[in-house]
Amino acid sequence: MFRRRADRYVASFAVDEVRVLRKVATEVVGLLTDGFDHGDPVVGRLFPEVYPDDDAGTAEFRRYTEGDLKTAKIDQAGAILAALPDGDAGGEVRLDAEAAEAWLRALNDARLAMGVRLEIKDGTDLGEELDDAVATDPASSRVFQLSVYAYLGYLQESLLNALID
Amino acid sequence: MGGMAAPQVAPVETPDTEEVPVSDRPWVTIVWDDPVNLMTYVTWVFQKLFGYSREKAEQLMLDVHHKGKAVVSSGARERMEHDAAQLHAYGLWATVERS
Repeated sequence: MFRRRADRYVASFAVDEVRVLRKVATEVVGLLTDGFDHGDPVVGRLFPEVYPDDDAGTAEFRRYTEGDLKTAKIDQAGAILAALPDGDAGGEVRLDAEAAEAWLRALNDARLAMGVRLEIKDGTDLGEELDDAVATDPASSRVFQLSVYAYLGYLQESLLNALID
Repeated sequence: MGGMAAPQVAPVETPDTEEVPVSDRPWVTIVWDDPVNLMTYVTWVFQKLFGYSREKAEQLMLDVHHKGKAVVSSGARERMEHDAAQLHAYGLWATVERS
Protein backbone atom coordinates (compact mmCIF):
# COMPACT_ATOMS: atom_id res chain seq x y z
CA MET A 1 0.00 0.00 0.00
CA PHE A 2 1.18 3.51 -0.77
CA ARG A 3 2.46 6.09 1.66
CA ARG A 4 4.00 9.48 1.20
CA ARG A 5 7.74 9.90 1.67
CA ALA A 6 8.85 13.52 1.15
CA ASP A 7 7.55 14.38 -2.32
CA ARG A 8 7.20 10.79 -3.49
CA TYR A 9 4.48 8.16 -3.16
CA VAL A 10 6.04 4.86 -2.30
CA ALA A 11 4.85 1.27 -2.08
CA SER A 12 6.51 -2.12 -1.90
CA PHE A 13 5.02 -4.88 -3.97
CA ALA A 14 5.49 -8.62 -3.73
CA VAL A 15 6.10 -10.45 -6.96
CA ASP A 16 2.48 -11.64 -7.08
CA GLU A 17 1.24 -8.08 -6.77
CA VAL A 18 3.58 -6.92 -9.54
CA ARG A 19 2.24 -9.71 -11.77
CA VAL A 20 -1.36 -8.75 -11.05
CA LEU A 21 -0.75 -5.05 -11.70
CA ARG A 22 1.11 -5.80 -14.92
CA LYS A 23 -1.71 -8.08 -16.04
CA VAL A 24 -4.54 -5.64 -15.36
CA ALA A 25 -2.71 -2.67 -16.91
CA THR A 26 -1.88 -4.76 -19.97
CA GLU A 27 -5.51 -5.84 -20.25
CA VAL A 28 -6.69 -2.22 -20.16
CA VAL A 29 -4.24 -1.33 -22.93
CA GLY A 30 -5.50 -4.30 -24.95
CA LEU A 31 -9.08 -3.23 -24.48
CA LEU A 32 -8.25 0.26 -25.77
CA THR A 33 -6.24 -0.87 -28.76
CA ASP A 34 -6.83 -4.17 -30.58
CA GLY A 35 -9.95 -5.02 -28.61
CA PHE A 36 -11.68 -1.63 -28.94
CA ASP A 37 -15.38 -2.17 -29.54
CA HIS A 38 -18.20 0.20 -28.61
CA GLY A 39 -20.47 -2.82 -28.24
CA ASP A 40 -18.40 -4.06 -25.32
CA PRO A 41 -20.07 -2.88 -22.08
CA VAL A 42 -16.64 -2.15 -20.59
CA VAL A 43 -15.85 0.24 -23.44
CA GLY A 44 -19.34 1.67 -22.99
CA ARG A 45 -18.52 2.41 -19.35
CA LEU A 46 -15.08 3.91 -20.02
CA PHE A 47 -16.45 6.01 -22.90
CA PRO A 48 -19.99 6.89 -21.77
CA GLU A 49 -22.61 8.27 -24.14
CA VAL A 50 -22.48 11.99 -23.38
CA TYR A 51 -26.02 12.46 -24.80
CA PRO A 52 -27.93 9.29 -23.88
CA ASP A 53 -30.95 10.42 -25.93
CA ASP A 54 -29.04 11.83 -28.89
CA ASP A 55 -26.95 9.35 -30.86
CA ALA A 56 -25.87 11.98 -33.40
CA GLY A 57 -24.74 14.33 -30.62
CA THR A 58 -22.84 11.51 -28.92
CA ALA A 59 -21.19 10.54 -32.21
CA GLU A 60 -20.16 14.16 -32.82
CA PHE A 61 -18.72 14.43 -29.30
CA ARG A 62 -16.80 11.18 -29.79
CA ARG A 63 -15.41 12.40 -33.08
CA TYR A 64 -13.73 15.28 -31.25
CA THR A 65 -12.84 13.70 -27.92
CA GLU A 66 -12.47 9.94 -28.22
CA GLY A 67 -8.98 9.87 -29.73
CA ASP A 68 -7.56 12.02 -26.92
CA LEU A 69 -9.44 10.09 -24.26
CA LYS A 70 -8.20 6.77 -25.59
CA THR A 71 -4.61 8.05 -25.71
CA ALA A 72 -4.89 9.40 -22.16
CA LYS A 73 -6.20 6.08 -20.87
CA ILE A 74 -3.49 4.10 -22.66
CA ASP A 75 -0.83 6.48 -21.29
CA GLN A 76 -2.07 6.17 -17.72
CA ALA A 77 -2.13 2.37 -17.90
CA GLY A 78 1.39 2.72 -19.35
CA ALA A 79 2.38 4.73 -16.26
CA ILE A 80 1.67 1.65 -14.16
CA LEU A 81 3.69 -0.61 -16.44
CA ALA A 82 6.59 1.88 -16.55
CA ALA A 83 6.87 2.20 -12.77
CA LEU A 84 6.70 -1.49 -11.87
CA PRO A 85 9.92 -3.29 -10.99
CA ASP A 86 11.65 -4.85 -13.99
CA GLY A 87 11.48 -8.55 -14.56
CA ASP A 88 9.51 -11.12 -12.64
CA ALA A 89 10.26 -9.76 -9.20
CA GLY A 90 8.82 -7.72 -6.39
CA GLY A 91 10.19 -4.36 -5.40
CA GLU A 92 9.55 -0.76 -4.58
CA VAL A 93 7.56 1.69 -6.68
CA ARG A 94 8.24 5.41 -6.26
CA LEU A 95 5.94 7.89 -7.94
CA ASP A 96 6.10 11.65 -8.32
CA ALA A 97 2.81 13.57 -8.08
CA GLU A 98 2.12 13.35 -11.81
CA ALA A 99 2.74 9.60 -11.98
CA ALA A 100 0.67 9.12 -8.82
CA GLU A 101 -2.33 10.80 -10.47
CA ALA A 102 -1.86 8.70 -13.60
CA TRP A 103 -1.84 5.59 -11.39
CA LEU A 104 -5.02 6.72 -9.65
CA ARG A 105 -6.86 7.14 -12.95
CA ALA A 106 -5.46 3.89 -14.35
CA LEU A 107 -6.37 1.90 -11.23
CA ASN A 108 -9.84 3.39 -11.53
CA ASP A 109 -10.12 2.34 -15.20
CA ALA A 110 -9.04 -1.19 -14.31
CA ARG A 111 -11.62 -1.32 -11.48
CA LEU A 112 -14.35 0.00 -13.77
CA ALA A 113 -13.53 -2.66 -16.35
CA MET A 114 -13.50 -5.43 -13.75
CA GLY A 115 -16.62 -4.04 -12.08
CA VAL A 116 -18.57 -4.39 -15.33
CA ARG A 117 -17.30 -7.93 -15.97
CA LEU A 118 -18.00 -8.98 -12.37
CA GLU A 119 -21.41 -7.30 -12.44
CA ILE A 120 -20.70 -5.23 -9.36
CA LYS A 121 -23.88 -3.36 -8.38
CA ASP A 122 -24.71 -0.69 -5.87
CA GLY A 123 -24.88 -2.50 -2.57
CA THR A 124 -22.77 -5.44 -3.72
CA ASP A 125 -21.01 -6.79 -0.64
CA LEU A 126 -17.59 -7.87 -1.88
CA GLY A 127 -16.98 -10.09 1.13
CA GLU A 128 -20.22 -11.96 0.52
CA GLU A 129 -19.55 -12.24 -3.21
CA LEU A 130 -16.15 -13.69 -2.45
CA ASP A 131 -17.54 -16.15 0.12
CA ASP A 132 -20.17 -17.30 -2.39
CA ALA A 133 -17.61 -17.69 -5.13
CA VAL A 134 -15.27 -19.65 -2.85
CA ALA A 135 -18.15 -21.89 -1.75
CA THR A 136 -19.03 -22.59 -5.39
CA ASP A 137 -15.49 -23.21 -6.60
CA PRO A 138 -12.42 -21.97 -4.72
CA ALA A 139 -10.28 -22.39 -7.83
CA SER A 140 -12.60 -20.41 -10.09
CA SER A 141 -11.58 -17.39 -12.07
CA ARG A 142 -14.32 -15.42 -10.30
CA VAL A 143 -12.58 -15.90 -6.95
CA PHE A 144 -9.35 -14.59 -8.44
CA GLN A 145 -11.04 -11.67 -10.22
CA LEU A 146 -12.98 -10.60 -7.11
CA SER A 147 -9.79 -10.72 -5.04
CA VAL A 148 -7.95 -8.60 -7.59
CA TYR A 149 -10.85 -6.14 -7.75
CA ALA A 150 -10.83 -5.75 -3.96
CA TYR A 151 -7.05 -5.42 -3.92
CA LEU A 152 -7.10 -2.65 -6.56
CA GLY A 153 -9.67 -0.76 -4.49
CA TYR A 154 -7.45 -0.86 -1.39
CA LEU A 155 -4.44 0.16 -3.44
CA GLN A 156 -6.27 3.05 -5.08
CA GLU A 157 -7.58 4.25 -1.72
CA SER A 158 -4.13 4.10 -0.14
CA LEU A 159 -2.65 6.16 -2.98
CA LEU A 160 -5.49 8.67 -2.79
CA ASN A 161 -5.05 9.04 0.99
CA ALA A 162 -1.31 9.54 0.53
CA LEU A 163 -2.00 12.25 -2.07
CA ILE A 164 -4.61 14.05 0.04
CA ASP A 165 -2.58 14.02 3.29
CA MET B 1 -11.09 20.69 -28.08
CA GLY B 2 -12.29 23.67 -30.07
CA GLY B 3 -14.97 23.19 -32.64
CA MET B 4 -16.78 20.49 -30.77
CA ALA B 5 -20.55 20.45 -30.96
CA ALA B 6 -21.26 22.94 -33.69
CA PRO B 7 -24.92 23.85 -33.45
CA GLN B 8 -26.90 21.31 -35.38
CA VAL B 9 -29.72 23.70 -36.15
CA ALA B 10 -29.75 27.43 -36.47
CA PRO B 11 -31.60 29.08 -33.61
CA VAL B 12 -35.20 29.49 -34.66
CA GLU B 13 -37.47 32.36 -33.73
CA THR B 14 -40.08 31.36 -31.19
CA PRO B 15 -43.01 33.49 -32.34
CA ASP B 16 -45.52 32.54 -29.69
CA THR B 17 -43.47 33.06 -26.54
CA GLU B 18 -41.25 35.65 -24.97
CA GLU B 19 -39.04 33.00 -23.42
CA VAL B 20 -35.31 32.93 -23.70
CA PRO B 21 -34.47 31.21 -26.99
CA VAL B 22 -33.66 27.54 -26.51
CA SER B 23 -30.18 28.10 -27.89
CA ASP B 24 -29.40 30.60 -25.09
CA ARG B 25 -30.43 28.41 -22.20
CA PRO B 26 -27.49 27.03 -20.28
CA TRP B 27 -26.39 23.44 -20.40
CA VAL B 28 -25.43 21.26 -17.47
CA THR B 29 -22.95 18.47 -16.86
CA ILE B 30 -24.40 15.64 -14.79
CA VAL B 31 -22.47 12.95 -12.93
CA TRP B 32 -24.32 9.68 -12.34
CA ASP B 33 -23.96 7.22 -9.49
CA ASP B 34 -21.82 4.25 -10.17
CA PRO B 35 -21.16 1.17 -8.02
CA VAL B 36 -17.40 1.12 -8.58
CA ASN B 37 -15.96 4.61 -8.07
CA LEU B 38 -14.75 5.22 -4.52
CA MET B 39 -16.49 8.09 -2.70
CA THR B 40 -13.16 9.62 -1.72
CA TYR B 41 -12.01 9.43 -5.34
CA VAL B 42 -15.15 11.16 -6.68
CA THR B 43 -14.72 13.95 -4.11
CA TRP B 44 -11.09 14.35 -5.08
CA VAL B 45 -11.95 14.54 -8.80
CA PHE B 46 -14.53 17.29 -8.17
CA GLN B 47 -11.97 19.31 -6.21
CA LYS B 48 -9.28 18.73 -8.78
CA LEU B 49 -11.29 19.48 -11.93
CA PHE B 50 -13.56 22.25 -10.74
CA GLY B 51 -11.53 23.77 -7.91
CA TYR B 52 -14.44 23.18 -5.52
CA SER B 53 -13.85 23.32 -1.78
CA ARG B 54 -13.70 20.02 0.04
CA GLU B 55 -17.14 20.72 1.54
CA LYS B 56 -18.77 21.48 -1.81
CA ALA B 57 -17.10 18.53 -3.53
CA GLU B 58 -18.18 16.20 -0.72
CA GLN B 59 -21.77 17.46 -0.86
CA LEU B 60 -21.87 16.88 -4.63
CA MET B 61 -20.44 13.40 -4.20
CA LEU B 62 -23.09 12.62 -1.57
CA ASP B 63 -25.82 13.93 -3.92
CA VAL B 64 -24.53 11.61 -6.64
CA HIS B 65 -24.43 8.73 -4.18
CA HIS B 66 -27.84 9.24 -2.56
CA LYS B 67 -29.89 10.82 -5.34
CA GLY B 68 -28.31 8.91 -8.20
CA LYS B 69 -26.96 11.99 -9.95
CA ALA B 70 -25.91 15.60 -9.48
CA VAL B 71 -25.33 18.66 -11.64
CA VAL B 72 -21.63 19.42 -11.28
CA SER B 73 -21.30 22.38 -13.65
CA SER B 74 -23.42 24.57 -15.90
CA GLY B 75 -22.79 26.97 -18.75
CA ALA B 76 -22.22 26.97 -22.48
CA ARG B 77 -22.59 23.67 -24.29
CA GLU B 78 -18.96 23.57 -25.46
CA ARG B 79 -17.79 24.15 -21.90
CA MET B 80 -20.00 21.34 -20.60
CA GLU B 81 -18.67 18.96 -23.24
CA HIS B 82 -15.16 19.88 -22.14
CA ASP B 83 -16.10 19.13 -18.51
CA ALA B 84 -17.71 15.81 -19.48
CA ALA B 85 -14.64 14.78 -21.46
CA GLN B 86 -12.43 15.56 -18.45
CA LEU B 87 -14.72 13.60 -16.13
CA HIS B 88 -14.58 10.66 -18.55
CA ALA B 89 -10.78 10.80 -18.40
CA TYR B 90 -11.12 10.29 -14.63
CA GLY B 91 -13.60 7.47 -15.13
CA LEU B 92 -16.69 9.29 -13.89
CA TRP B 93 -19.97 8.67 -15.68
CA ALA B 94 -20.87 12.12 -17.02
CA THR B 95 -23.53 13.30 -19.46
CA VAL B 96 -24.55 16.70 -20.82
CA GLU B 97 -28.04 18.07 -21.20
CA ARG B 98 -29.93 21.30 -21.50
CA SER B 99 -30.88 22.64 -18.09
